[in-house]
Amino acid sequence: MSDWQYHFRAHRGAWLAGLMFVVIFALYITKHQAGWTVPVLTTATNKGVVLAIVAMAQTLPVLTAGIDLSVGMVFVLANCLASHLVVGSGPQAALGAVVVLAVGAACGWLNGAIIVYGRLQPIITTLATGTVYYGAALGLRPVPGGDVHAGFAEFVTGALPGGVPAMLLVLLLVVLLVWVPYRRSTLGRAALAIGSAEGAAYMSGVPIARAKILAYTLSGVLAAVGGLLLTCVTFSGEASATIGGVYTLNSIASVVIGGTSLMGGAGSAIGSVFGALVLRTIGDLLFVFDLEPLWQPLFQGLILLLAVSLGSLQLLKLRNRLDLFK
Amino acid sequence: MQAALELTDISKRYGGVRALERARFACAPGRIHALLGENGAGKSTLIKVMAGVVQPDEGRILLAGQARRFAHPQDAVRAGVACIFQELSLMPDLSVADNICITNPPRHFGRWGPINQQAQRRIAEAALARAGAEDIHPLAPVDSLSLSRRQMVEIAKALVREPKILILDEATSALTAADVLRVFTLLKRLRDEGLAIVYISHRMNEIAELADDCSVFRNGQHVATFEAGTHTDAQIVEMMIGRDIAHAFPPKPDRSAELATRQPALETKGLSWQDRLHDITLQARPGEIVGLGGLDGQGQREFFLALFGVLRGVQGEVRLRGELVHLDSPGQAKQPQHGLALVPEDRKTDGLMLPMSVRDNLSFAALSSFSRFGLVSGADESAAVDDMVRKLSIKAPELGNAVGTLSGGNQQKVVIAKWLMNHPRVILLSDPTRGIDVGTKQEIYLLLRRLADEGAAVLLYSTDYAELIGCCDRVAVFYDGRIVRWLAGDQLTEHALVASALNLDAQPAQASAGHAPGLNTPAVH
Repeated sequence: MSDWQYHFRAHRGAWLAGLMFVVIFALYITKHQAGWTVPVLTTATNKGVVLAIVAMAQTLPVLTAGIDLSVGMVFVLANCLASHLVVGSGPQAALGAVVVLAVGAACGWLNGAIIVYGRLQPIITTLATGTVYYGAALGLRPVPGGDVHAGFAEFVTGALPGGVPAMLLVLLLVVLLVWVPYRRSTLGRAALAIGSAEGAAYMSGVPIARAKILAYTLSGVLAAVGGLLLTCVTFSGEASATIGGVYTLNSIASVVIGGTSLMGGAGSAIGSVFGALVLRTIGDLLFVFDLEPLWQPLFQGLILLLAVSLGSLQLLKLRNRLDLFK
Repeated sequence: MQAALELTDISKRYGGVRALERARFACAPGRIHALLGENGAGKSTLIKVMAGVVQPDEGRILLAGQARRFAHPQDAVRAGVACIFQELSLMPDLSVADNICITNPPRHFGRWGPINQQAQRRIAEAALARAGAEDIHPLAPVDSLSLSRRQMVEIAKALVREPKILILDEATSALTAADVLRVFTLLKRLRDEGLAIVYISHRMNEIAELADDCSVFRNGQHVATFEAGTHTDAQIVEMMIGRDIAHAFPPKPDRSAELATRQPALETKGLSWQDRLHDITLQARPGEIVGLGGLDGQGQREFFLALFGVLRGVQGEVRLRGELVHLDSPGQAKQPQHGLALVPEDRKTDGLMLPMSVRDNLSFAALSSFSRFGLVSGADESAAVDDMVRKLSIKAPELGNAVGTLSGGNQQKVVIAKWLMNHPRVILLSDPTRGIDVGTKQEIYLLLRRLADEGAAVLLYSTDYAELIGCCDRVAVFYDGRIVRWLAGDQLTEHALVASALNLDAQPAQASAGHAPGLNTPAVH
């Protein structure tokens, strides 16, 4: 096989999710009354990118064969914090944004440290810390409210000259500044090695503790970026357990649709971005087809099932049935 | 000449079991040193100590004359010790190049830069070429490769670290003949370049071709070190065995004439599966214990799995009481009309549900016989469980406790007992006495004989030769997925077992195959 065939195979999940998104989005645009216009595109992007970034946050722990159930809560905490801090003059707001990201990093680092040094399972650790983070968010915003630096928010949620939604640029920046370097770093590769075969990674002298902690820390940072963007969309902060829970679950669904294996070791954040966009567009699709919004969860569930079945096709080839349980 | 690596007085215990007892070993640069010993002689533990995977309880490691401690595999790698293990240490989802460069990938812009994919690819290509495996594409994911290709990647991965000491543990076991030749050429070249190479293999012909020095281990102790070619194979085998048979075995009744008239409970003809099992033909009659011998991992385990319906795509015939059957799952195999039971090797993962109670574990396999309309009858279950606990004298303070709280020996009894609840006619046991105390071992030997006397056909795979000799009426010796020899009666000696396990005697596998093998045929010529 040639080089590009190997490249394609390695990123098959992301390609499939991308293709799925293009098809669904094209359908959406053609059925939409306004069609391919700047306001339609901007609204769709704003909705999609927030989830896409939370889905990227979820991808990093999943690649190490872990999971982060606290992403939604860090996201909500960052939203509440931003509604207090990203206000006032330009420099003040910028400093506030940095603090929000730092708090996200701290939350993620704590998750990683407990998992690595406390040797607890990721699922229960992040379920517990997620509740703690939600408690902190509730302390910051007992009732919905607050504000955000208007210039910043309007820029982020608006369109650039030429009609390109600014949020798309933000997504691109996050991919280029966080995911691409991470994927090409030793610790990023170590994360994949851990997810693929932790024992073999240990035997190969891979720094397991550092790689895991970094994965969770970056996950916290990305979740906080998501929270910051949400604040720009809603112009307020709200400590809502529902929002936190829905984003956590949708982030996991996006990761799976994007072709990342929940067993770890294979996949990419790019896939998760498309997974999130697919998930979001399905909801809008029902809207333009005049279907009851009540059908939305059902269709999202069907898409999820479809994506998961594609991944398990290879199990049909197994010759030793005991391998099914490994 | 100063030794490249020297170990002195190394001891290691696991629980009460002694893996190494004041063992010593030294290998010199520019020599290939073969490590010999039968199953459980301590070879694996010894190389794990060298590779920093296991820390010895006592003893010293000298690297080029200097005392060292390897707390992690990383320490050993940095010190120039590269180890190719029997169980592969590759990450299946990553590409070949990623795997080869995993410990120290090339970077852009110095130490902290991103990984340089092009440079990594060149390194991987060079390493693969050096190992003689240019056919492997560096971008291929490892899980798309065959076992023999993976082993070549493993070798390339070790070479990239520029080791001074290279340890190969059964590194050729999965290789094709052509690859073995290439690896041998490579190893000889590396030796001439001044590497110290430690080579473990059970193939005597490989050792004869490669080794400069040989060290023999037995029972965790060093027996002898000598230059290759100074001892005959027979002498080496003698050094490898020669331990006292400390266990008392129940007497074997001599009923072969009577047994030969019985219809076989289990009969296989030409059983094959992928490249792991080739043309296995055997019969087991009610009342006899048939042993499966040979070195670890020669297909004995796969043979049991194939019989028990776990493997897909098995070729050949399986007959139970004369009837041709095709079993697709353990659930089918255990049905009363088939009457098979498999006591798996790894009781902790395949045998028991550790957190569940002793009672639940005991009744699992036979649950349907205590159930009506899907509801378990507690009274029937308790009666059967209590009966079995008494019969096997399982020592459990309280049957409601988690089975994980029992001792190893009692856990093993639970695994066996759970299958006896089904009253199986063919019982397959995979190394049932591994890691348990002597007292329980003897109870298990008695039990197996009693089961046979009661009319079951028992197949016992064991890595302990004494056990095969003491327990079994006859033994099929496996080598490379085939039965290479049948041993019974006076022929069933430790020397014969070890020699045929190494496939030394070129005597043909006495026609266990094809033409109506009686019980006596294998033994008498």
